[in-house]
Amino acid sequence: MSGDLIGTVGLVRLALRRDRWVLPAWVGFFAAMVAFSASATVGLYPDEASRVAAANTINGTAALVSLYGPIFDPTSLGALSMTKMTAVYAALMSILMVALVVRHTRAEEEAGTLELVGAGVVGRGAPLAAALLVVGAASCVLGLLSAAGLVAAGLPIGGSLAFGSGWAATGLCFAAVAAVAAQATTGGRAANGLGFMVVALAYVARAIGDLAAAGPGWLSWLSPIGWNEQIRAFAGDRWSVLVLPLVATALLVPVAFALRHRRDLGYGLLHDRPGPAVGRLNSPIALAWRLQRPLLLAWTAGCAVLAVMMGSIAHNVAGLLNSPGMAKIIQQLGGEQGLTDAFLAAELGLVGTIIAAYGISAVTRLRTEESAGHAEAVLAAATARTGWATGHWLLVVAGVAWLQLVAGVATGLGHGLAVGDSSQILRITVASLARVPAAWVIVGLVVAIWGLWPQATAIGWGAYAAFLVVGEFGQLWGVPRWVMDISPFTHSPVLPGPGANLAGMVWLTMIAGAFLAIGTAAFRHRDLAG
Amino acid sequence: MDAPSSNPPAVIDVVGLVKSFGRTKVLNKLNLSVAQGEVHGFLGPNGAGKTTTLRILLGLLRADAGTMHLLGRDPWMDAVDLHRRLAYVPGDVALWPTLTGGEVIDLLGRLRGGLDPQRRASLIERFELDPTKKGRVYSKGNRQKVALVAALASDVELLLLDEPTSGLDPLMEAQFRLYINEERDDGRTVLLSSHILSEVEALCDRVSIIREGAVVESGTMTQLRHLARTTVSADLATIPEGLAELPGVHDVVIHGHRVTASVEPGGMAQLMAALSAGGVTAVTSQPPTLEELFLRHYRKTQP
Repeated sequence: MSGDLIGTVGLVRLALRRDRWVLPAWVGFFAAMVAFSASATVGLYPDEASRVAAANTINGTAALVSLYGPIFDPTSLGALSMTKMTAVYAALMSILMVALVVRHTRAEEEAGTLELVGAGVVGRGAPLAAALLVVGAASCVLGLLSAAGLVAAGLPIGGSLAFGSGWAATGLCFAAVAAVAAQATTGGRAANGLGFMVVALAYVARAIGDLAAAGPGWLSWLSPIGWNEQIRAFAGDRWSVLVLPLVATALLVPVAFALRHRRDLGYGLLHDRPGPAVGRLNSPIALAWRLQRPLLLAWTAGCAVLAVMMGSIAHNVAGLLNSPGMAKIIQQLGGEQGLTDAFLAAELGLVGTIIAAYGISAVTRLRTEESAGHAEAVLAAATARTGWATGHWLLVVAGVAWLQLVAGVATGLGHGLAVGDSSQILRITVASLARVPAAWVIVGLVVAIWGLWPQATAIGWGAYAAFLVVGEFGQLWGVPRWVMDISPFTHSPVLPGPGANLAGMVWLTMIAGAFLAIGTAAFRHRDLAG
Repeated sequence: MDAPSSNPPAVIDVVGLVKSFGRTKVLNKLNLSVAQGEVHGFLGPNGAGKTTTLRILLGLLRADAGTMHLLGRDPWMDAVDLHRRLAYVPGDVALWPTLTGGEVIDLLGRLRGGLDPQRRASLIERFELDPTKKGRVYSKGNRQKVALVAALASDVELLLLDEPTSGLDPLMEAQFRLYINEERDDGRTVLLSSHILSEVEALCDRVSIIREGAVVESGTMTQLRHLARTTVSADLATIPEGLAELPGVHDVVIHGHRVTASVEPGGMAQLMAALSAGGVTAVTSQPPTLEELFLRHYRKTQP
């Protein structure tokens, strides 16, 4: 086995060289998010009474508990300030770790570069070992930087270290998950999809488990993100919980190596079966559909499961209120139905931002098709550029609407079954579809960037991340209104519920159309870029 | 063997083509003319601009300057209509990893407006291609075969081939040559970019040599041979004086009764007269190979 890891050091250096900008940028981003939320919260809640009030409001609102997890010690400033970091940002950080491991293992293999590497004096397990070392180190550095940021914001050292260790262990755990996913699948995209799905499942499992009064509490203990909550940084610092993610990592890593030894380079665990000798694809849009279909099907399944689960817990929201003062406020908001609606609207908003991410990942295929040389083959045939590009983005535009429809029907079904009212399905489906134009704007923005400056297509992800961050933290940080208004998600009507602003949908649709037109026209007039 | 007579219409007519990527000037006033029905070799070292020229002819890249006509039309403006009448094989074939070779052949054929099923079947057989495999498992040569079958099976007027045989084994290369000769017999025009000189020499009616973004030589093989020296060696009874001083005669080496020299086309008559005066008993003459022509231009880049 010792020869198996020869060359790991060289591959670690290669990975660091390839990621010398990306890796520090992402680790810095997440560490900065931790430090910013800490310092912003410290300034916002100077005395204990205000803190307890805020924490009780969160703990008393099921929507927030299922989104962020409970605050285990309402008097703790640290616990309050890490509300969004403990589950939501831990999940986002885990997605990054998954993507990094896949980038250096399966994606490399798919591109053929690992074949070059494998022909050198490099052990079979070395690429996997190098990826895990780099990502493991990134997790640890992120944990350390986060802890340092928390201490700098004036929070207790013990809790800061517990929080940082929690993130580091969670990152390690999902790196190990990605290592296994990279062995089981044949493509980088599929490996990422599998890894992301595990992160999403872990997040949703704890979302249900955290509503202990309403759902099974043990679900939180099956989830690495649930473990991260249960470390209870700044609220008891339960260091022993750290054992769970570390043991999971220690179990998963040997599995990944064992799987690697059972398969051939470039293949998954299953070999390809022969496909059709004659093709039926006859148009650019048929090709685009064929290429996008697997991703859309996977997202459809994921959206449906997520939405049914969230819909089925919505009616518990009103029953979960443990603060008597809240009951009065809720009556003013329109009673229990009003509260349930508010939860459903918040949930549909979250699902809408997630579906926009599908839109970006699907529409960036325009760029990957172009850079991989596939577009060249299609465009050298009698295919108009506008038709080719339009085919791809039209399917994404339709796919985004389809996913919102699925999410709406599934949420409505979950909620309708729970309360025994089938009229909820239509009502919630309409509410879900109202989020479509915002996602279209994101898709259009990516197409416009790609048309004008193809090499910069990835900026679309950056803009998306910025919209999310501004939406999440804008008010906390005192970001001016007009900056927050740049995000399309701000303008989606908040449905179900009264007083929704429908004019926003019209504007968003028009802006999306303009972006799509600009991108397509720009592509018509530029060189094909490799 | 002679220059195209009675002026058949030019299928490709490029004058003064310029293309830069940022500060790098890839094409520098390139001229290229390909007549109808000819197989035209497009020769040049790596990075000379062959692929860029082909991509501009396909409307995939936009020229900075110059006038171009492809089948009488503008490659950028009329790209789609033109692509119905031509087929292209890229030098580096990228296939979709999840589509089978057969699916790609049919897709590309249909996008071009249909392909001949009989030709498709016979090409797959002749190139010994397994069309049921997925794109990700094909070797370079097999990926190239997929693109070749897709291109050759469609009924088009013009074939643009960018180093189409660089991944093929010698048997498949022979099949390719057979097929190109059949295409020529059918009256199709072929622009064949290559640096496999024997292939160009065997297949092409005319050749253009490109260097640093400009065509430095263009003509039939006969015309090009006139530009270079022929190697002559002869066995003589007596070595005449002053052979080396004859105009157009170079590199004279005398070894016993044997003389070798390289001769410009203009000096051939005088050399032959001198040799017969010396009582020649045997003579061999080797026309310049394409390789020598090529190297002659290529060497100019060396300091």
